[in-house]
Amino acid sequence: MSTRSPTVRRAVGDGIKAMAPLLLGVVPFGLIFGVTAASTAVGGVLGFLTSPIIFGGAAQLVAVQLIDEGAAAIVVVTTALVVNSRHVMYSAAMAEPFRAFPTPWRWSLPYLLTDQAFVLASARWATEEDPVYRRWFFLSTGLSLWIAWQTATAVGVIVGAGIPAWWSLDFAIPLVFLALLTSSVKGRAGLAAAATAGVVAVVAAGMPWNVGLTVAAAAGITAGITVRRWSG
Amino acid sequence: MTNVIVVVVIGVGSYLFRLSFIGAVGSRRTLPPALLRAFEFIAPSVLAALVLPALVRPEGAVDLSPGNLRLVAGILAALVAWRTRDVLLTTGVGLGALWILQAVT
Repeated sequence: MSTRSPTVRRAVGDGIKAMAPLLLGVVPFGLIFGVTAASTAVGGVLGFLTSPIIFGGAAQLVAVQLIDEGAAAIVVVTTALVVNSRHVMYSAAMAEPFRAFPTPWRWSLPYLLTDQAFVLASARWATEEDPVYRRWFFLSTGLSLWIAWQTATAVGVIVGAGIPAWWSLDFAIPLVFLALLTSSVKGRAGLAAAATAGVVAVVAAGMPWNVGLTVAAAAGITAGITVRRWSG
Repeated sequence: MTNVIVVVVIGVGSYLFRLSFIGAVGSRRTLPPALLRAFEFIAPSVLAALVLPALVRPEGAVDLSPGNLRLVAGILAALVAWRTRDVLLTTGVGLGALWILQAVT
Protein backbone atom coordinates (compact mmCIF):
# COMPACT_ATOMS: atom_id res chain seq x y z
CA MET A 1 0.00 0.00 0.00
CA SER A 2 2.78 2.40 0.95
CA THR A 3 4.42 2.24 -2.49
CA ARG A 4 1.12 2.14 -4.33
CA SER A 5 -0.63 5.23 -2.99
CA PRO A 6 1.67 7.84 -4.58
CA THR A 7 1.19 6.17 -7.97
CA VAL A 8 -2.57 6.21 -7.52
CA ARG A 9 -2.57 9.86 -6.44
CA ARG A 10 -0.40 10.86 -9.38
CA ALA A 11 -2.56 8.89 -11.84
CA VAL A 12 -5.80 10.43 -10.55
CA GLY A 13 -4.36 13.96 -10.67
CA ASP A 14 -2.95 13.44 -14.17
CA GLY A 15 -6.28 12.07 -15.37
CA ILE A 16 -8.26 15.09 -14.17
CA LYS A 17 -5.67 17.49 -15.62
CA ALA A 18 -5.69 15.72 -18.99
CA MET A 19 -9.49 15.67 -19.25
CA ALA A 20 -10.16 19.23 -18.05
CA PRO A 21 -9.58 21.04 -21.38
CA LEU A 22 -11.75 18.51 -23.22
CA LEU A 23 -14.64 19.29 -20.88
CA LEU A 24 -14.85 22.76 -22.47
CA GLY A 25 -16.34 21.02 -25.51
CA VAL A 26 -18.32 18.40 -23.61
CA VAL A 27 -20.22 20.63 -21.18
CA PRO A 28 -21.88 22.89 -23.82
CA PHE A 29 -22.81 19.78 -25.82
CA GLY A 30 -24.37 18.29 -22.66
CA LEU A 31 -26.32 21.48 -21.97
CA ILE A 32 -27.62 21.61 -25.54
CA PHE A 33 -28.56 17.94 -25.37
CA GLY A 34 -30.45 18.40 -22.09
CA VAL A 35 -32.31 21.50 -23.28
CA THR A 36 -33.22 19.79 -26.57
CA ALA A 37 -34.30 16.50 -25.01
CA ALA A 38 -36.62 18.34 -22.61
CA SER A 39 -38.34 20.03 -25.56
CA THR A 40 -39.07 16.77 -27.44
CA ALA A 41 -41.63 14.02 -26.93
CA VAL A 42 -38.95 12.09 -25.02
CA GLY A 43 -39.22 14.54 -22.13
CA GLY A 44 -36.74 15.69 -19.52
CA VAL A 45 -36.74 12.63 -17.26
CA LEU A 46 -36.05 9.94 -19.86
CA GLY A 47 -33.92 12.45 -21.77
CA PHE A 48 -31.66 12.83 -18.75
CA LEU A 49 -31.66 9.08 -18.01
CA THR A 50 -30.09 8.41 -21.42
CA SER A 51 -26.94 10.01 -19.95
CA PRO A 52 -26.19 7.35 -17.30
CA ILE A 53 -27.76 4.53 -19.36
CA ILE A 54 -26.18 5.16 -22.80
CA PHE A 55 -23.36 7.60 -21.88
CA GLY A 56 -22.61 8.64 -25.46
CA GLY A 57 -23.68 12.09 -26.68
CA ALA A 58 -24.16 11.39 -30.38
CA ALA A 59 -26.06 8.12 -29.77
CA GLN A 60 -28.24 9.85 -27.14
CA LEU A 61 -29.03 12.69 -29.53
CA VAL A 62 -29.85 10.26 -32.34
CA ALA A 63 -32.15 8.25 -30.05
CA VAL A 64 -33.97 11.37 -28.82
CA GLN A 65 -34.46 12.74 -32.34
CA LEU A 66 -35.73 9.45 -33.76
CA ILE A 67 -38.09 8.78 -30.83
CA ASP A 68 -39.41 12.33 -31.23
CA GLU A 69 -40.05 11.69 -34.93
CA GLY A 70 -41.97 8.51 -34.09
CA ALA A 71 -39.45 6.13 -35.67
CA ALA A 72 -39.94 2.38 -35.13
CA ALA A 73 -38.21 1.03 -32.00
CA ILE A 74 -35.98 -1.24 -34.09
CA VAL A 75 -34.82 1.73 -36.19
CA VAL A 76 -34.01 3.79 -33.08
CA VAL A 77 -32.03 0.92 -31.54
CA THR A 78 -30.20 0.03 -34.77
CA THR A 79 -29.22 3.60 -35.60
CA ALA A 80 -28.03 4.47 -32.10
CA LEU A 81 -26.01 1.25 -31.93
CA VAL A 82 -24.45 1.91 -35.34
CA VAL A 83 -23.41 5.32 -34.04
CA ASN A 84 -21.89 3.70 -30.94
CA SER A 85 -20.28 0.78 -32.77
CA ARG A 86 -16.96 2.63 -32.94
CA HIS A 87 -16.49 1.57 -29.32
CA VAL A 88 -15.83 -1.98 -30.55
CA MET A 89 -12.78 -0.55 -32.30
CA TYR A 90 -11.60 1.17 -29.11
CA SER A 91 -12.22 -2.01 -27.14
CA ALA A 92 -10.08 -3.99 -29.57
CA ALA A 93 -7.30 -1.40 -29.37
CA MET A 94 -7.28 -1.43 -25.55
CA ALA A 95 -7.78 -5.17 -24.97
CA GLU A 96 -4.07 -5.93 -24.55
CA PRO A 97 -3.24 -3.44 -21.74
CA PHE A 98 -6.55 -4.27 -20.02
CA ARG A 99 -5.38 -7.89 -19.61
CA ALA A 100 -3.07 -6.74 -16.80
CA PHE A 101 -6.03 -5.38 -14.77
CA PRO A 102 -7.94 -7.36 -12.10
CA THR A 103 -11.28 -8.75 -13.33
CA PRO A 104 -13.57 -6.23 -11.53
CA TRP A 105 -11.66 -3.39 -13.25
CA ARG A 106 -11.84 -5.15 -16.62
CA TRP A 107 -15.62 -5.39 -16.35
CA SER A 108 -16.39 -1.97 -14.91
CA LEU A 109 -13.95 0.41 -16.67
CA PRO A 110 -15.38 -0.21 -20.18
CA TYR A 111 -18.58 1.53 -19.04
CA LEU A 112 -16.46 4.72 -18.95
CA LEU A 113 -14.90 4.12 -22.38
CA THR A 114 -15.60 7.14 -24.59
CA ASP A 115 -13.92 8.89 -27.53
CA GLN A 116 -12.16 11.24 -25.12
CA ALA A 117 -11.07 8.60 -22.58
CA PHE A 118 -9.76 6.42 -25.42
CA VAL A 119 -7.71 9.22 -26.93
CA LEU A 120 -6.24 10.34 -23.59
CA ALA A 121 -5.56 6.86 -22.21
CA SER A 122 -3.92 5.47 -25.35
CA ALA A 123 -1.62 8.50 -25.50
CA ARG A 124 -0.69 8.30 -21.81
CA TRP A 125 -0.34 4.52 -21.71
CA ALA A 126 2.35 4.74 -24.38
CA THR A 127 4.70 6.23 -21.76
CA GLU A 128 3.27 4.84 -18.49
CA GLU A 129 3.52 1.08 -18.27
CA ASP A 130 2.54 0.43 -14.67
CA PRO A 131 -0.91 -1.27 -14.74
CA VAL A 132 -1.82 0.43 -11.44
CA TYR A 133 -1.10 3.87 -12.90
CA ARG A 134 -2.87 2.93 -16.12
CA ARG A 135 -6.15 1.84 -14.56
CA TRP A 136 -6.34 4.75 -12.12
CA PHE A 137 -5.57 7.19 -14.94
CA PHE A 138 -8.34 5.67 -17.03
CA LEU A 139 -10.77 5.74 -14.10
CA SER A 140 -9.89 9.36 -13.37
CA THR A 141 -10.36 10.61 -16.97
CA GLY A 142 -13.49 8.50 -17.46
CA LEU A 143 -15.12 9.56 -14.21
CA SER A 144 -14.31 13.27 -14.73
CA LEU A 145 -16.07 13.12 -18.07
CA TRP A 146 -18.95 11.10 -16.60
CA ILE A 147 -19.63 13.59 -13.80
CA ALA A 148 -19.37 16.57 -16.18
CA TRP A 149 -21.72 14.94 -18.69
CA GLN A 150 -24.36 13.94 -16.11
CA THR A 151 -24.29 17.41 -14.56
CA ALA A 152 -24.42 19.27 -17.89
CA THR A 153 -27.35 17.23 -19.24
CA ALA A 154 -29.25 17.52 -15.93
CA VAL A 155 -28.82 21.31 -15.89
CA GLY A 156 -29.85 21.43 -19.56
CA VAL A 157 -33.03 19.44 -18.85
CA ILE A 158 -33.99 21.70 -15.92
CA VAL A 159 -33.31 24.92 -17.83
CA GLY A 160 -34.81 23.56 -21.05
CA ALA A 161 -38.20 22.77 -19.53
CA GLY A 162 -38.94 26.51 -19.25
CA ILE A 163 -37.98 27.46 -22.82
CA PRO A 164 -40.87 28.37 -25.19
CA ALA A 165 -41.47 26.55 -28.50
CA TRP A 166 -40.72 29.55 -30.77
CA TRP A 167 -37.06 29.21 -29.84
CA SER A 168 -37.07 26.22 -32.28
CA LEU A 169 -34.61 24.40 -30.05
CA ASP A 170 -35.23 21.14 -31.91
CA PHE A 171 -33.08 22.75 -34.63
CA ALA A 172 -30.10 22.47 -32.26
CA ILE A 173 -29.96 18.71 -32.96
CA PRO A 174 -29.03 18.91 -36.68
CA LEU A 175 -26.74 21.85 -35.89
CA VAL A 176 -24.74 19.82 -33.37
CA PHE A 177 -24.57 16.93 -35.84
CA LEU A 178 -23.43 19.40 -38.51
CA ALA A 179 -20.53 20.53 -36.34
CA LEU A 180 -19.59 16.92 -35.55
CA LEU A 181 -19.92 16.06 -39.26
CA THR A 182 -17.32 18.61 -40.38
CA SER A 183 -14.76 17.21 -37.94
CA SER A 184 -15.53 13.60 -38.88
CA VAL A 185 -15.05 14.04 -42.63
CA LYS A 186 -11.44 13.27 -43.47
CA GLY A 187 -10.20 13.12 -47.06
CA ARG A 188 -11.98 12.42 -50.31
CA ALA A 189 -13.34 9.04 -49.18
CA GLY A 190 -14.92 10.56 -46.09
CA LEU A 191 -16.47 13.31 -48.22
CA ALA A 192 -17.87 10.69 -50.62
CA ALA A 193 -19.37 8.78 -47.69
CA ALA A 194 -21.02 11.89 -46.25
CA ALA A 195 -22.30 13.17 -49.61
CA THR A 196 -23.74 9.80 -50.61
CA ALA A 197 -25.39 9.20 -47.24
CA GLY A 198 -26.83 12.72 -47.19
CA VAL A 199 -28.36 12.52 -50.66
CA VAL A 200 -29.74 9.00 -50.12
CA ALA A 201 -31.21 10.12 -46.78
CA VAL A 202 -33.02 13.04 -48.43
CA VAL A 203 -34.42 10.81 -51.18
CA ALA A 204 -35.31 7.97 -48.79
CA ALA A 205 -36.72 10.18 -46.02
CA GLY A 206 -40.25 9.21 -47.00
CA MET A 207 -39.67 5.54 -46.19
CA PRO A 208 -41.70 4.28 -43.21
CA TRP A 209 -40.29 4.28 -39.65
CA ASN A 210 -37.18 6.17 -40.76
CA VAL A 211 -35.55 3.06 -42.26
CA GLY A 212 -34.21 5.48 -44.90
CA LEU A 213 -31.61 6.50 -42.34
CA THR A 214 -30.18 2.99 -42.09
CA VAL A 215 -30.22 2.61 -45.89
CA ALA A 216 -28.45 5.97 -46.27
CA ALA A 217 -25.77 5.10 -43.69
CA ALA A 218 -25.08 1.78 -45.43
CA ALA A 219 -24.83 3.55 -48.81
CA GLY A 220 -22.44 6.14 -47.36
CA ILE A 221 -20.14 3.54 -45.79
CA THR A 222 -20.09 1.59 -49.07
CA ALA A 223 -19.26 4.75 -51.03
CA GLY A 224 -16.44 5.60 -48.61
CA ILE A 225 -14.88 2.14 -48.88
CA THR A 226 -15.22 2.18 -52.69
CA VAL A 227 -13.56 5.58 -53.10
CA ARG A 228 -10.79 4.57 -50.69
CA ARG A 229 -10.13 1.45 -52.77
CA TRP A 230 -10.02 3.37 -56.08
CA SER A 231 -7.78 6.13 -54.84
CA GLY A 232 -5.49 3.54 -53.25
CA MET B 1 -42.78 2.41 -21.76
CA THR B 2 -41.52 1.38 -25.21
CA ASN B 3 -39.21 4.39 -25.16
CA VAL B 4 -37.72 3.30 -21.83
CA ILE B 5 -37.07 -0.20 -23.20
CA VAL B 6 -35.49 1.30 -26.35
CA VAL B 7 -33.13 3.42 -24.25
CA VAL B 8 -32.18 0.49 -22.00
CA VAL B 9 -31.50 -1.78 -25.01
CA ILE B 10 -29.25 0.91 -26.55
CA GLY B 11 -27.49 1.28 -23.19
CA VAL B 12 -26.87 -2.44 -22.75
CA GLY B 13 -25.73 -2.75 -26.37
CA SER B 14 -23.33 0.18 -25.97
CA TYR B 15 -21.81 -1.34 -22.84
CA LEU B 16 -21.37 -4.69 -24.61
CA PHE B 17 -19.61 -2.89 -27.52
CA ARG B 18 -17.24 -1.26 -25.05
CA LEU B 19 -16.64 -4.52 -23.20
CA SER B 20 -16.37 -6.70 -26.34
CA PHE B 21 -12.63 -7.19 -26.85
CA ILE B 22 -11.61 -6.09 -23.35
CA GLY B 23 -13.90 -8.70 -21.76
CA ALA B 24 -12.94 -11.54 -24.10
CA VAL B 25 -10.88 -13.76 -21.80
CA GLY B 26 -7.89 -15.50 -23.29
CA SER B 27 -8.80 -14.56 -26.84
CA ARG B 28 -6.26 -12.55 -28.81
CA ARG B 29 -8.32 -11.99 -31.91
CA THR B 30 -8.55 -8.52 -33.38
CA LEU B 31 -10.95 -7.01 -35.85
CA PRO B 32 -10.87 -8.06 -39.52
CA PRO B 33 -9.31 -5.29 -41.67
CA ALA B 34 -12.50 -4.93 -43.75
CA LEU B 35 -14.48 -4.00 -40.63
CA LEU B 36 -11.81 -1.56 -39.49
CA ARG B 37 -12.03 0.19 -42.87
CA ALA B 38 -15.82 0.47 -42.50
CA PHE B 39 -15.57 2.09 -39.05
CA GLU B 40 -14.03 5.34 -40.23
CA PHE B 41 -16.99 5.99 -42.55
CA ILE B 42 -19.71 5.34 -39.97
CA ALA B 43 -19.57 8.79 -38.37
CA PRO B 44 -19.61 10.90 -41.57
CA SER B 45 -22.34 8.69 -43.10
CA VAL B 46 -24.72 8.63 -40.15
CA LEU B 47 -24.23 12.31 -39.35
CA ALA B 48 -24.80 13.42 -42.96
CA ALA B 49 -27.89 11.20 -43.15
CA LEU B 50 -29.25 12.96 -40.06
CA VAL B 51 -28.33 16.52 -41.05
CA LEU B 52 -29.30 16.80 -44.72
CA PRO B 53 -32.98 15.79 -44.47
CA ALA B 54 -33.40 18.10 -41.45
CA LEU B 55 -32.20 21.03 -43.56
CA VAL B 56 -33.51 20.16 -47.02
CA ARG B 57 -36.96 18.87 -46.07
CA PRO B 58 -37.88 20.28 -42.66
CA GLU B 59 -41.62 20.11 -43.40
CA GLY B 60 -41.49 16.70 -45.10
CA ALA B 61 -41.20 17.87 -48.75
CA VAL B 62 -37.91 18.77 -50.43
CA ASP B 63 -37.61 22.58 -50.37
CA LEU B 64 -34.47 24.13 -51.86
CA SER B 65 -35.90 27.68 -52.01
CA PRO B 66 -34.65 30.62 -49.89
CA GLY B 67 -38.04 30.41 -48.18
CA ASN B 68 -36.75 27.32 -46.37
CA LEU B 69 -35.37 29.18 -43.37
CA ARG B 70 -33.76 26.11 -41.81
CA LEU B 71 -31.79 25.47 -45.00
CA VAL B 72 -30.52 29.07 -45.09
CA ALA B 73 -29.60 29.01 -41.38
CA GLY B 74 -28.04 25.56 -41.85
CA ILE B 75 -25.80 26.72 -44.73
CA LEU B 76 -24.59 29.61 -42.57
CA ALA B 77 -23.93 27.22 -39.68
CA ALA B 78 -22.11 24.83 -42.05
CA LEU B 79 -19.69 27.62 -42.97
CA VAL B 80 -19.04 28.29 -39.29
CA ALA B 81 -18.64 24.56 -38.57
CA TRP B 82 -16.24 24.15 -41.49
CA ARG B 83 -14.09 27.14 -40.45
CA THR B 84 -14.10 26.63 -36.66
CA ARG B 85 -15.10 22.99 -35.90
CA ASP B 86 -16.69 24.50 -32.80
CA VAL B 87 -19.92 22.78 -31.70
CA LEU B 88 -21.16 25.61 -29.49
CA LEU B 89 -20.43 28.38 -31.99
CA THR B 90 -22.01 26.42 -34.85
CA THR B 91 -25.18 25.79 -32.85
CA GLY B 92 -25.31 29.41 -31.67
CA VAL B 93 -24.92 30.89 -35.14
CA GLY B 94 -27.42 28.45 -36.68
CA LEU B 95 -30.08 29.05 -34.03
CA GLY B 96 -29.47 32.82 -34.04
CA ALA B 97 -29.80 32.93 -37.83
CA LEU B 98 -33.07 30.97 -37.66
CA TRP B 99 -34.50 33.35 -35.03
CA ILE B 100 -33.59 36.43 -37.08
CA LEU B 101 -35.00 34.88 -40.27
CA GLN B 102 -38.20 33.90 -38.46
CA ALA B 103 -38.53 37.43 -37.09
CA VAL B 104 -38.06 39.22 -40.43
CA THR B 105 -40.16 36.94 -42.66
